[in-house]
Amino acid sequence: MSLPDAMTREQVRAAVLSVLAGIAPEVDAAAVRPDARLREQFDLDSMDYLNFLIALGRDLGVEIPEADYGRVETLDGCVDYVLAHR
Amino acid sequence: MPTLGAFIEAGTLAEWKIAPGAHVKRGDIVAVVDTDKAAIEIETWQAGVVRELVARPGDKLAVGAVLAVIEEESGAETAAAPPAAAATSGPAAPGPASPAHAKASPAARQRALELGVALEGITGTGPGGAVTRADVELAGAPAPPETTPAPPDTTPAPPETTSAPPETTPMRRAIALAVERSNREIPHYHLAREIELTRALAWLAAWNAARPPAERMLPAALLLRATALALAASPRLNGFWQDDGFRPSPDVHLGVAIRLRHGGLVVPALLDVGRKPVVQVMAELADLANRARAGTLRRAELTEATATVTNLGDRGATTVHGVIFPPQVVLVGFGRISRRPWVDGEAVVAREAVTASLAADHRASDGHEGSAFLEALARFLQEPDQL
Repeated sequence: MSLPDAMTREQVRAAVLSVLAGIAPEVDAAAVRPDARLREQFDLDSMDYLNFLIALGRDLGVEIPEADYGRVETLDGCVDYVLAHR
Repeated sequence: MPTLGAFIEAGTLAEWKIAPGAHVKRGDIVAVVDTDKAAIEIETWQAGVVRELVARPGDKLAVGAVLAVIEEESGAETAAAPPAAAATSGPAAPGPASPAHAKASPAARQRALELGVALEGITGTGPGGAVTRADVELAGAPAPPETTPAPPDTTPAPPETTSAPPETTPMRRAIALAVERSNREIPHYHLAREIELTRALAWLAAWNAARPPAERMLPAALLLRATALALAASPRLNGFWQDDGFRPSPDVHLGVAIRLRHGGLVVPALLDVGRKPVVQVMAELADLANRARAGTLRRAELTEATATVTNLGDRGATTVHGVIFPPQVVLVGFGRISRRPWVDGEAVVAREAVTASLAADHRASDGHEGSAFLEALARFLQEPDQL
């Protein structure tokens, strides 16, 4: 997937949701609570979450170090992080 | 039809990976069979030329049924051995009995069978274009639902407990069979031990800090590798209880309980964990988990475990009191890794630790051996750079 260099917040949000849907296909994008932890919300185990981070790096070009995991626990957190690091 | 793992007595042929006339060699993947637990790739143990595909996709087959006829190169025929995929030089010529493979989850395949929908015609929205259960539901919906709401029912609904059939699924029934047999036949004993993970997690953090996500390791890889080393040192715990006696296994193949998103679990094996460095164990664990969820496990992975590990993960309960998968004789459990009070000299300090538990078959071993196993496990986890 190739995405434009400059992305709006809405575009980033859609891309993150698309990555999430690849891990948890049953997720309803409209029902994602932006400030709730993704792992609790969608019952992601540590392997799911690692796959999520791998796919975020691949699709959005943002590599998230393990030390920053605490900043990407929610949808809003992911969007903020991607916007700040792309 | 070969045996497909404990408690799987039949399967439905999902697709052929070979066509008549193809040359196959030992170990080639020849077909995909759907079972209650997973879609399983079937290998052939017979080399030769595929003469006839006896079973057709959609056929439900008992273990032992003839799938195909493979003619040995010398001319002799062998029935019942599942035939194999392509000749070494390239893919088998697609024939009428070899439809294009539709990537689909086991739940999607199951639902497609129930609805009589062909998977090949469905556009998948899952990972890698895989067809999901929801895709099947959509494709199988007979017509748009009625738009006029039914009139409100004025009669009170009868209590649901009287005649409604109990809710179940094929996977739930398969799990029920396995654990019923286990609790009926195996006299379990249970042991547990807290293991400090300060060093192991510090080593893991240092490893992961310098690497991209795809090369990072999870604590599970260290726990599995240490378990395999400890089992290799505990021969009474690694193997099978069969014919009223214990048969030790020279290799350690660890069944790993993997929870599926649509419910239930599968327990495929990581092969030969005793001889693989922890980095390789992690790579194979990731591959196994992804394939389990995509529904593409290999038969050997579902039949060869010599012991099983269940890891509740970092959001699970503290302690597992496991149920052994017969004919294995142990199940090793790991609860949630957490910070907890730890006595260090005269002080109580906060330390990262895990509760490791052992459910063992008392016919095969005694508590002394089980305790020694947990001690060895703890020891291996204190030297993460040796894993």
